[in-house]
Amino acid sequence: MIFHKHQDAVNEILSRYPVKRSAMLPLLNLAQKEEGYVSQAAIREIAGILDLTPPQVFETATFYTMLNLKPIGKFHVQVCRSLMCALVGADPLIEWLRKHLGIGLGQTTEDKMFTLSTVECLGSCGTGPMMQINDDYYERLTEDKVGRILQDLRETGDCSLKSGPFLVPERGEGVVSQ
Amino acid sequence: MKTCEKILLTNMEQPGYTGSLADYEGTGGYTALKAVLGKTPPNDLIEMVKKSGLRGRGGAGFPTGVKWGFIPKDHPGPKYLCCNADESEPGTFKDRQLMERDPHQVLEGIAISCYAIGAQTAYIYIRGEFRLAAKILERAIADAYQAGHLGSDIYGSGVTVNVSVHVGAGAYICGEETALLESLEGKRGKPRTKPPFPATHGLYQKPTVVNNVETLANVPHIVNRGADWFASIGVPPKSTGTRVFCLSGHVKRPGNYELPVNATFRDLIFELGGGMRSDKPLKAFIPGGASAPFLTPDHVDVQMDFESVAMAGSMSGSGGITVMEEGTSMVWAALRLMEFFYHESCGKCTPCREGSSWIVQILQRIMNKQGRPEDLRTLTEICENIGGRTVCAFGDAEIAPVQSTLKYWRNEYEVLIEEAEALKGSRKEIPVLSLAR
Repeated sequence: MIFHKHQDAVNEILSRYPVKRSAMLPLLNLAQKEEGYVSQAAIREIAGILDLTPPQVFETATFYTMLNLKPIGKFHVQVCRSLMCALVGADPLIEWLRKHLGIGLGQTTEDKMFTLSTVECLGSCGTGPMMQINDDYYERLTEDKVGRILQDLRETGDCSLKSGPFLVPERGEGVVSQ
Repeated sequence: MKTCEKILLTNMEQPGYTGSLADYEGTGGYTALKAVLGKTPPNDLIEMVKKSGLRGRGGAGFPTGVKWGFIPKDHPGPKYLCCNADESEPGTFKDRQLMERDPHQVLEGIAISCYAIGAQTAYIYIRGEFRLAAKILERAIADAYQAGHLGSDIYGSGVTVNVSVHVGAGAYICGEETALLESLEGKRGKPRTKPPFPATHGLYQKPTVVNNVETLANVPHIVNRGADWFASIGVPPKSTGTRVFCLSGHVKRPGNYELPVNATFRDLIFELGGGMRSDKPLKAFIPGGASAPFLTPDHVDVQMDFESVAMAGSMSGSGGITVMEEGTSMVWAALRLMEFFYHESCGKCTPCREGSSWIVQILQRIMNKQGRPEDLRTLTEICENIGGRTVCAFGDAEIAPVQSTLKYWRNEYEVLIEEAEALKGSRKEIPVLSLAR
């Protein structure tokens, strides 16, 4: 039972909407946060909570690319490949990551630590190349920086290079009298 | 260079400003909400926003006050406001900054707008990847409830506004307003056929307004300083106020720059953006997000307001400007954007679903030097059979990169196809790239 220990969170989510089904994405996101992916068991549970059939939940889940319907590694490395990042060097970075991790796109390292994916635009076009790992953004990437990020994550499970509240250009940076 | 006082970024660019409730209140935050709740008749607010000339900042540029005016006044309710924070148009990254750096500015705009249209409930639909922004907004909402800026009987006015954050899960199309509503209802995010429009049949088939983050963030300022002040910026009466333009690509200083809507691309790219990042000259730029047709160096003196960019044959769209230097392959650029659209097509309409995959396959083979002489005519025909033939504007958007690069850089396509012809028979066929969604 995935949601059993989150009963309060589930109730709070349901209370936001006049129609139960609106809780679909919040519950799918919660399930993924809990298990790393959306399992068949989670889908059955969500269907029970929302008075739907499991296929109705599954059908909805398959529409959304962020929902993993199969288990993945501990850290999901998602690199933006869209034009804006590609203009500033996303492709060589993706190639470097493939070599460094020794896996192809959509694959997971043997130690189940990293899964590598490319994704379309994540809304950081001014600070490319960039990637998202689990909940965090990492921007203005270089090979050195990515190497350090992977090392930190592998060793400590966290990395201080993740983006904080977004402001580009930063205060005082590149200021032109306006 | 055309400049004016900044409206939306002033606070966040001050050293030490964190966007906390205390910081926001310290700069006069929530005074607009206090001034209008229970005092200004909602209809007067709608008229004020109409008079200000404020237009949607998400991409379509629809007049905000007019949209609000479509909500039936005699409807018993409930009515809803949805804040579109799905920001996913490639080239656009302003809403993320507005939410992460000054969330209360957005929340005050939401509360005033709810009051104006008679909605007691607002949902902020935010793209799933923006976890930090969602967290910051949730914290800000909790603080605003605590301080009495949100909730029931705000400031004793009898007005109720409840706001919650709804986190998406990765789908570009959910930024289209009716797809957003479907997604919010817990379904696959496929756009609805219109009419009926959301103003009468929106969320749960109730009257609903969907407004972009930046649009809503302007509302408190219009209340505080008046419609005439806002309308005096830009090119009244049609395109007014400022916009937060997002600059990306081959420039020295990419980022978010707030300018009057009638500043020129030259102002943005060469003044604020510091010009090209290397000594290579400008070759092309996208003036309003991935859905906007490409423009050329001949267009840098065009003003960035909706009408001027439309006159130049493109659109101001979401305000995302992407710059490309000499040496960038335009066929490659069109392919990259097309792969995005192919990946993001929701699949509802056949021309868009199938057409996007055909275009990607043709562009891939041209890039792989396997193009055929008839390919350019086929591309043109496919585009013509997508444009205007889909339920939502996605179909028109996805053909923009192809049509515009064919218009201005047709020779680049032709050279690649000629090379393919020359290579014919002299080498083994290179397999066409796979089409993995």
